[in-house]
This record gives sequence, structure tokens and C-alpha cells, in this order.
Amino acid sequence: MTDLPLSPYPALLVGLPILMAALSLFFKNRGEAVVGLTGSLLTAGLAVIAFVDVTQQGTVIHILGGWEPPLGILLRMDPLAAVFIGMTAVVGVFISLYAWRYFRTQETATGGFPLFWPLWLFLWAGLNGLFLSNDLFNLFVTLEVIGISAVALAVLSGKAAALTAGLRYLLAAITGSMSYLFGVALIYGSTGTLDLTHLGHVLQPGTTTTFALVVITLGLLIKMAGFPFHFWLPPAHSSAPAPVSALLSALVVKGAFYILLRLWMEVFGVSLTYAAGQLIGLAGAIAVIWGSWQAFMQTSLKLIVAHSSVAQLGYLLMVFPLLILAPGESADSADWLSNAWTAGIYQVIAHAFAKASFFLSAGIIIMALGHDRIESLRDLVGNMRITALAIGLAGVSLIGLPPSGGFMAKWMLLKGIFLSGQWWWAPVVLAGSLLTAGYVFMLLRLAFAPAREKEPFRPVPKKLEVYALLLALGSFLIVLPADSLVQFLESSEIFGSGIETIVEGGAHGND
Amino acid sequence: METYQIYSLTSAVLFVIGIGGVFASRQFIKKIIATIIMGGGVFLVFVSFAQRDALSFADPVPLALVITGIVVAVASAAFALALARRIYQLTGEESFTTEK
Repeated sequence: MTDLPLSPYPALLVGLPILMAALSLFFKNRGEAVVGLTGSLLTAGLAVIAFVDVTQQGTVIHILGGWEPPLGILLRMDPLAAVFIGMTAVVGVFISLYAWRYFRTQETATGGFPLFWPLWLFLWAGLNGLFLSNDLFNLFVTLEVIGISAVALAVLSGKAAALTAGLRYLLAAITGSMSYLFGVALIYGSTGTLDLTHLGHVLQPGTTTTFALVVITLGLLIKMAGFPFHFWLPPAHSSAPAPVSALLSALVVKGAFYILLRLWMEVFGVSLTYAAGQLIGLAGAIAVIWGSWQAFMQTSLKLIVAHSSVAQLGYLLMVFPLLILAPGESADSADWLSNAWTAGIYQVIAHAFAKASFFLSAGIIIMALGHDRIESLRDLVGNMRITALAIGLAGVSLIGLPPSGGFMAKWMLLKGIFLSGQWWWAPVVLAGSLLTAGYVFMLLRLAFAPAREKEPFRPVPKKLEVYALLLALGSFLIVLPADSLVQFLESSEIFGSGIETIVEGGAHGND
Repeated sequence: METYQIYSLTSAVLFVIGIGGVFASRQFIKKIIATIIMGGGVFLVFVSFAQRDALSFADPVPLALVITGIVVAVASAAFALALARRIYQLTGEESFTTEK
């Protein structure tokens, strides 16, 4: 592990946003926002440099303070981490630019939420740290950094509804991380190590490992709002200010998914069974149907978008059953693994772009109308052409129509499903898309419908609309470099791997 | 029964009480206390695993982890209490009114 090329970027990716966040606290209102925006632009620039570095050198590591593991902390940036960091940077920059303009328009009433900036930078540092961490406890710490700053962002408006939703979110987050930490304690007790790479070799199947797997998975499912722990997500995401909703839905929930993916593939291979994969896939499938149906039944735009997040996260869970091979199959003969991985990664990225764009558009509509009841979307096309286009494009990507990133994800998922012979997931994917089409077309129908009475659309800064549109376009543009992206990811050890199981619970390694 | 077994069993019981409390109660304060009890259970697991044989000193790593964990738990609990207090000031509510 320690013979990989060293690089300073992993440490900087965590350190710089924290530094800028702390720095911004020394300034007031306007100054705080200026430092905050500078910080986010710098962090994004750094992320791009680090990404390019990984494309050239392959996996790089950073040993903090020169203390080698197991004593010290090692940050590892492999292609998978680089892709997640890059996605965070691109989506983060657009949301930052939007937030800069958005909060300025609200300056008189609220002082422009200057606290948004340090909290967002702390959140960013936590996300980067999470993607780079290579030990179980470090992951816990980054989860907590993310959880606390995310809740603080969600209650930024200080309204009673947001506070109640935020408290529910916080309690769910604490419960999730304590459950996760319980599993970490059990793993440490039985192996004496926390390092992911090392654990992958030394972990033995047994009751303790299985129990640790269960509590860690449950904890992470609570954190990523997997069914049946999705209850906190819609109120928390819909009652936050628009840029915050976008951050929470597009980026924060993906953190827990990333850990779940890494732990299942790299650490817990020995105690995973075929049934475990089917079970988590079932949770995902229910989330897809239930979330889409709930979204369809809502009458306010932000609640539609928030429920749609529950459904789209369900697709991510449906990747797991494909990664766990049935007894008797081996990773060499399972040619759908790379399809399933591509589906998962594309679902993460496409959803991040499309959902961020959707929430930012919702913010624009609230700014123009003062509320977000969907019947007021009538004649949106006539009044705000760019926002209507952004909603349309983002919606198309969520449904999974070609040539969007969402199509890529769902197509690859279906391909993986049929190649692996687990045909029973296919109707869920199709029904999910159909229901998504239902609520997206419902919005679009209203957007094109003539207005019944003249609703006063207040003017909104054009820039905001453009940022939302660019994000929506992003969810299409990500398809263009698909070949090179998958090739890049394949140089990651974990990408394209599967878990081989045998009939009696146990397993052989996870290569 | 050995000492660490007593610790481990106690911690499991605390964890279950905590997680039950989080899901069963509606009041803010009860839920917050329940998460603290859960945390107590988890930290006790770490402490019980720190024991090695009787002659050598305890394994320092779990203890260091527990300290970090406690700091995090205290911060989260304080944040949750602050939120609960603010909600009470604004609306007079002490518990979640809708389902869950």
C-alpha cells in the first residue's frame, strides 16, 4: 500500500476547504461570502488538478505527518475517489456561484445567510475526506463532519418547519453514525485493525463479522435515506434554502453510498451472501416505486423533487445484488459486473447534476412566485424560458431517456440485470422510469399550459437560470466521455470486481 | 463471567435500549437522550475491547477512538438540544406531531 506514489493533493483537498471555512469566520456578512466563494473556487480548482494527477499517475496516497499506518492516517485517492471528488467539485462550483447570487437577492431580510459559506466549505472538506479515507474510524469522523454541517445548512432559514425537519434529520444522522460506530468497534475487537486494505485480507467470516456487517449497513442506510429509513429526507431537503437542498440531495447522500460500496466490496466480501444482496436490492426496489409514487402525489415542487431523490437513491441500492455473484459463478465468467458498476457510477453522477439543477430551478420559481405550489407553474415557458428548459432537461435525465446520463445509468443497469439473469429487477427499473415520467410530464404539461389568471412572475436574475440550465446540460454532457471515464475507472482496483459466494454463507475473497 | 463479557453485554443492552428509544418516542428530549444512551453503549464496547491480558496495560487505540467519539457525540447532542429549544421557543412544540 505504501509503495504507491505520494502526492500532496489528498491532504490539500481536505485541508484547504477547512482553512478557508475557518478564515471566512473572521469576516462579517459580505466579506464572509467573498472568502467563502473564493474558497470554493480554489477547492474546485484543486480538485481538478488532483483529478488530472490521478489520471496520469494512477492511485496516489498521502501519509499524514509522515506517520505510516497502522499508527498514522493514510489518505488514498484512487480513480473511484477521483471521480467522486471531481463530481463534487463541478456540481459544487455551480451551486456556489448560484448561492452567491441567490443569497444576495435575499440580503435585506436575512443578511444573506453569510453562515452558508463556512458550513458549505466544512461540508466539502468532509466529503473530500470521506472519499479519500482508507480506515473505518476516519470514515466515521468524516461522516460526522458531513452530518453536522449538513443539518446546520438545512436549518439555515431558522423557520420552525425547517428546524423540526432539521432535528429529525440530525437524530437520524446520529442514530446512523452510532450504529455504524458499533460495527466499527466489533470489527476492531475481532481483528485489531481499522485499515480497509488490511481488513480485506484478515477479516474472518463468523457471527461477529456478520453482526458488524448488519449494524454498519443499517447505519449507512439510515444516512443515505434507503428504504425504510427514508422518512427524514423529504422534509429536510425540501425545507432548506434552494442551494442547500441542491447540496444535500446531489452530494451529501452519495457519501454514505460511497462508504457502503467500498465496505461491501473491499471489506465484507467474506460474510456477504447472495441473499444479502437480494435483500438490499429489494429495499432499493421498494424505494424506487414508493419514492416515485409519493413524488407523483405531491402538490409542491420542492416536495416532488425531494421524494424523487428517495427513488433515485433506490436505483443505487439495486446495483448491489448484481455485484454479488450466485453460488457457483466466478468473477471471470460474470461479464455484467462492469455494466453494473458503470450503472452505479453514472446514476450517482447523473443524479447529482440533474437533482442539483432541479432544486436550483425550484429555488428560482420560489423567488419568482413566492411559493412553489405546482398549479402556479402554468405558463412557466412563457415567463421563464430558461428555467423551463432546465426543468425539462433535468427531468429527462431523471426519467432516463436517451441521450442523458440517466439513460446511460438505467440502460447499463437493465443490461446488467438481464446478463446476470436476475430478470425480476427489470420491471422495477421500468416502472420507476414510468412513474418518474409521470411527475416530470405533469410539471411540463403545466409549464406549457396557458395561465388561467395573470400570475405575477417577479423578475429573477438571469444568471441564476443559466447556472441551473448548465447543471441540467451537464447531466447530458457526462455521457460524451463515457468510454474514457470507464477506462479510467477500470484502473481502480475495486471497479468491476464482484463478490463470489458459496452456498453455506461463507465466501472466498473478493477479487 | 469475565469482566469484558459483562461490559460487552451491558453495552449491547444499552445500544438496544437507545435504538428502541429513538424509534419509539416522539418527544424531542426523549429521542435525544436515547441517542446519548446508544452512544454510551457503543463507547463501552470500545472500552471492553481495550482489555488485553491482566499484566500488560490496556490497548490505547480504542481509548483514543472513544475520546474522539465522545467529543463528536457531545457536539451532536448539544446541537440537537439547541434545535429542540429553538423549536420550543418558536412554536411551543415538544414532540414530533406527524408520523414517526
